Amino acid sequence: MAENHIPPQALSDIRVLDFTHYISGPYCTKLMADYGAEVLKVERPDGGDMARRSGPFPDDNPHHEKSGLFLHLNTNKRGITLNLKSAEGQKIVRQLVREVDVVVESFRPGVMARLGLDYESLRNMNSEIVMTSISNFGQSGPYRDFKGSEIAFYGMGGEMFTTGVAEREPLKMGGDVIQFQAGATAAVATMGAVFAARLQNIRQQVDVSIMETQVGSIDRRMPLLIAYQYTGEVSQRQSLNSAGGYPGGFYPCKDGYVELTGGRVYFSRIVKMLGEPEFLKDPKWYQPGAQQDDDLKAEFEEFFYPWILSRNKQEIWMAAQDARVLSGPLNTIEDLQNDSNFIDRGAFAEIEHPKAGTLRYPGRPFIMEKSPWAIRHPAPMLGQHNREVLIDLGYTDDEIVSLRQQGVI
Amino acid sequence: MQKLPLDGIRVLDITVVWAGPYCTSFLADLGAEVIRIESIAKFPPPPTRGIVPRPSEELIRSIGLTGGGLPGRVPGARPWNQVPAFNAHARNKRSMTVDLLKPEGLDIFKSLAKISDVFVENNPPATMDKLGISYDMLKEQNPEIIMLRMPAYGSTGRYKDFRGFGLHMESVVGHGLQRGYRDMDPTTNTSVLMADAAGGTQGAFAVLAALHHRNRTGEGQLVELPQAENVIPFLGGSFMDYSMNGRSASTIGNRHRDALQGCYPCLGEDRWVVITIADDTEWRAFIEVLGYPDWAMSEDFTDHISRYRNHDALDNYIAEWTSQWDNREVMELLQAVGVAAGPVFDQKDAYDDPHLNSRGAFEKAYQEDTGTHMYPGAPYKMSETPISIRRGPVRMGEDNEYVYKTLLNVSNEEYAELERAGHIGMDFQEGVS
Repeated sequence: MAENHIPPQALSDIRVLDFTHYISGPYCTKLMADYGAEVLKVERPDGGDMARRSGPFPDDNPHHEKSGLFLHLNTNKRGITLNLKSAEGQKIVRQLVREVDVVVESFRPGVMARLGLDYESLRNMNSEIVMTSISNFGQSGPYRDFKGSEIAFYGMGGEMFTTGVAEREPLKMGGDVIQFQAGATAAVATMGAVFAARLQNIRQQVDVSIMETQVGSIDRRMPLLIAYQYTGEVSQRQSLNSAGGYPGGFYPCKDGYVELTGGRVYFSRIVKMLGEPEFLKDPKWYQPGAQQDDDLKAEFEEFFYPWILSRNKQEIWMAAQDARVLSGPLNTIEDLQNDSNFIDRGAFAEIEHPKAGTLRYPGRPFIMEKSPWAIRHPAPMLGQHNREVLIDLGYTDDEIVSLRQQGVI
Repeated sequence: MQKLPLDGIRVLDITVVWAGPYCTSFLADLGAEVIRIESIAKFPPPPTRGIVPRPSEELIRSIGLTGGGLPGRVPGARPWNQVPAFNAHARNKRSMTVDLLKPEGLDIFKSLAKISDVFVENNPPATMDKLGISYDMLKEQNPEIIMLRMPAYGSTGRYKDFRGFGLHMESVVGHGLQRGYRDMDPTTNTSVLMADAAGGTQGAFAVLAALHHRNRTGEGQLVELPQAENVIPFLGGSFMDYSMNGRSASTIGNRHRDALQGCYPCLGEDRWVVITIADDTEWRAFIEVLGYPDWAMSEDFTDHISRYRNHDALDNYIAEWTSQWDNREVMELLQAVGVAAGPVFDQKDAYDDPHLNSRGAFEKAYQEDTGTHMYPGAPYKMSETPISIRRGPVRMGEDNEYVYKTLLNVSNEEYAELERAGHIGMDFQEGVS
């Protein structure tokens, strides 16, 4: 990757010291790094970030430099290893803290304090610094020290209770989307702190609880919490046979599945999508209550299933769009990666990494005309920038060798 | 007054439905003056302000709570101000009305653009074209303005005019097939709004990045957040799995790729607990809490690999145990020994939760058409610029006087004329549906 010809990036004057691991914290600092922030990731010398041990791996062979999750989450960061419990490690951290604007960390609450790196101590090293702490349940409260997991964050904080069907247990969402959402929220809050620091001379600590990023999420939890306040009603999972409008929901088709939101007020668009067949001209389809009538629904489906099952998901999506029906195919990742629309728009990035090789990664979430997203370098190998960073701090090669021998780096 | 990070920043907001309004709610929380631009002559796409302007009680009771959960399930005089879908993001914002389809309406919009820093919209590109609103037009009014547009699939490419909600976009980029029960087919999927949450959040980050750039250089710019593409990074693990191994992930339901995990029934009706057992240490702690039952000692469960292989049987044993306990008790028992466990909270549970309450997760706020209620606050805490609900969910047109008279210096006579011309008001016009 050429280092030249990259236009100025939005956050290139923000320096971040990054003590985060796994998903939420690294995603927060990835967003900042991908838009230009100078992020230095500090990992433990014995194995580094736990995401390095989490898959996917090429051919399913675990290798700490080849975790797809780690490689994705740590683009554009430089990385050093440091034993934060050693005296020498502490000395180096102090020097590093003096050179940055922001510290982001995702240790269990209390760990930073035990390391002498709580916010007050950081302020003593660098009075200008702001700090973002990302944790499972926040820096205070009865669950402060509780263990968390993707499903626990969603179950306790989010709208898991109404995800899934009434006949079954509540259901989580795919992969780790909750922890990514928490990371994005933390990035917004961190930028808020940067603004207060730069423009108002206010320095502070940001406390991000992964659980609470769900409580305040527009993904149904916040509106349904408010609905409970307004009505006293608790929201329920829908029954498999719920009498919603038709057609609405997920349908099988020739080569997979599609979602169609076509019932109720949108029914006339569905009629158009189906080519305005004669039998749908009958006024009975448009009477009040028609959308709740099980017999009419059955009659409709007799026509509709053959129509949808004889078409593939792209065809149905196109037909739906022409009739302004809200719809989407349930694509596989293979479908997505091979879709020329996304390829041509530059939604993916080819990134070369010394150990993992050249791979296709998720690209920019948004396009900035004047200060764009860019890949300056891939995720760091464990301790890749130890020497470079220590030389900058004034250490000699001899001292660096000795730090390595002592297990500090 | 308490200082806030975005003091002095004015944001014009013509966002609809979920993602756009969530974006501007972050900006409003952080102290920006967010002005929603609404119209009394046109009902916005449902469920922005409900599904129709004046729903019957019967209709309200027949739809879901996000659109139909008006106070007492009875529509008031201005039901559009009572919709949970809207009031979830409308705190700390202002609202003015103008009919942008009329020439003088567009002039009013231009005057506002001159005195604003940011403009945010998430409409289909065709809607903006029809209104004649573009970045070039905005730049003419105000060269330093930042515009964030959030189209579904981008302003170029063959899907550029495609419509869809977050639900559809997340399906297009591959999440739809990665969620759902492991033993049921995807037609049983239900709707989620994670793409809207992602769009709103990263949209706010985009505006902050653009403002930061402007602070440094004086330059405004156009930022495009294509909502479908915006979600792809959230699926990074499965995306990379395809890149590395040519494999397209399908759903594993409530399971985890490495840990032992599930959602189990507890005492009571529709009560559940989720449990994640990550490794041997946690397993030993777990079975100690269960009192070393015979099944756990069997060779089916001797190590992590055999436990994962016998996950179905394991789930049955765990469910048998959890069924005897309240879900909060399971959490306390297991968390005390370092095992991740938590109840699946319904909305009432969340409001009753001692942890959330001790952290001040809910704040009291008032709005004239809905009264006083406890609302979820900002999803993070800041120590020196505490983010709070300074103003309840905004009613349509509530700030017309402020926007027209204070910001735009419109005289009383002109104001009255704009009222007559159908720009200014707090009620949808008769016949709007």
